Amino acid sequence: MNPLFRMHPDGTASRASRVFGLVLLVAVAVFLAVALVISPPDSGPNASENSMGDLVRIMYVHVPVAVACYTAFFVTAVASVAYLVRRSEGWDLLAAASAEVGVVFTVLTLATGSVWGHIAWGTWWEWDPRLTSTLLMLIVYIGYLALRGAVLDPVVRARRAAVVGLVAFANVPIVHYSVDWWRGIHQPATISRLDPTIDGLKLFALMFGMLVAIAVYVWLMVHRFRLEFVRARLEEQGLDTALAERRAEAETASGANPVTAPKGAS
Amino acid sequence: MSILRDAGLILGKDLRLEMRTRVIAGQVVPFGLLVLVLFAFALDPDRRVLSEATPGLFWLAVLFSTLLALQRAFEVEAGDGVPDALRLSGLDPAGIFLGKVAGLVVHMLVLEIVLLAGVTLFYGTTPHAALLLVVTCLAATAGLAAVGSLYGILSAGMRVRDTLLPLLMLPVVAPVLISATQAFAAAYRQASGSGWRWFGLLVVFALLYLVIGMVAFESLLEES
Repeated sequence: MNPLFRMHPDGTASRASRVFGLVLLVAVAVFLAVALVISPPDSGPNASENSMGDLVRIMYVHVPVAVACYTAFFVTAVASVAYLVRRSEGWDLLAAASAEVGVVFTVLTLATGSVWGHIAWGTWWEWDPRLTSTLLMLIVYIGYLALRGAVLDPVVRARRAAVVGLVAFANVPIVHYSVDWWRGIHQPATISRLDPTIDGLKLFALMFGMLVAIAVYVWLMVHRFRLEFVRARLEEQGLDTALAERRAEAETASGANPVTAPKGAS
Repeated sequence: MSILRDAGLILGKDLRLEMRTRVIAGQVVPFGLLVLVLFAFALDPDRRVLSEATPGLFWLAVLFSTLLALQRAFEVEAGDGVPDALRLSGLDPAGIFLGKVAGLVVHMLVLEIVLLAGVTLFYGTTPHAALLLVVTCLAATAGLAAVGSLYGILSAGMRVRDTLLPLLMLPVVAPVLISATQAFAAAYRQASGSGWRWFGLLVVFALLYLVIGMVAFESLLEES
């Protein structure tokens, strides 16, 4: 059996993912300490061109979760293509798991960006190209998950979802360019950039944050994948059990051959 | 060129269906006009706001009507064992896709002509730069029809089709709404220079989704 599927009978954890999770917990704590307390505010002689002060700390969370959500959707797209080529269940489950975690990270990206915008720009929402295209991307992937929820047959679901997973990602650059041009007409440039030039401990906080965010994504995705795998087994087994029960019922009713089918196999 | 022949067969079938049932002419086009009237109720009794917002309102009306046309176009492919018949027909899946796109394009172009007359009459706007208007309509419609056909067959036969199709399709065609609106705005302002850039984006969009559709249609068609 594939090592990825080898897990504890009572859950979706394995020894490896437990150790990984513990290391991750420590890493998140260290990251928060560095990002929120230890690293200097963006002011004084070493400040970036925007001189954001303590506001810069939102960036240490915002940029990493944004990187993680793009990573997640990229994995969904690759898994979708792989499913269309190979037609194996694992790729479909990977695409599904990654998209779901990606949606969570996209919501986090928008939420942290909105908080940042509220303080820096004075509004919770600005029709900024990046905000707008991220919002559209979120809706596209919500649609992807809705499609997955609406199709019952696993093979049909996998095939349709793979096409949508592919289209959704192909759409990201088009949306980006069109929104970019669209805003370019009405205002000369974005009010304030989110990516100033930074160095030292600030750069470390940002880089470490990205590493942690991607690791959190991987951890969540692995568990989501395993859950999806177990659920697929349950669906298969559920059908077999139901068939066996109906067969047993029919046999009892006709009285010919009492209960030979495995009953209560659930 | 069996793909084009197959596309022609599907296109002919869809046009014959429309000739006999008049669903687009009798229901979808009036719906589009109704949307134009509703925009007037929602926005402004005098025509200033309406005439300024004409490009956006026009394309929104097109977008909403397209959803109805799409549901119609793929409803006829979902019932009465048509999916099996299509699979058994031996027609090239890419040809079927192109045929469905072509049928939708014809229906939507008729709709757009009526709606253009509608905005000219109701919103009091005079179209300029006719060439830009026409090619924008063609490119935007091709893009909408390509995405629409892809998602139409994808959600065909599903119980939640009517709610799922708009959710899947509208965010993907957002760039078409933006580009076509901007191109129209440029044409109405008699500044068609900037409009051609948007037309370029519409062409790229249409080509991309035509290619994706031709490649992906086979795997969407083979399922039960």
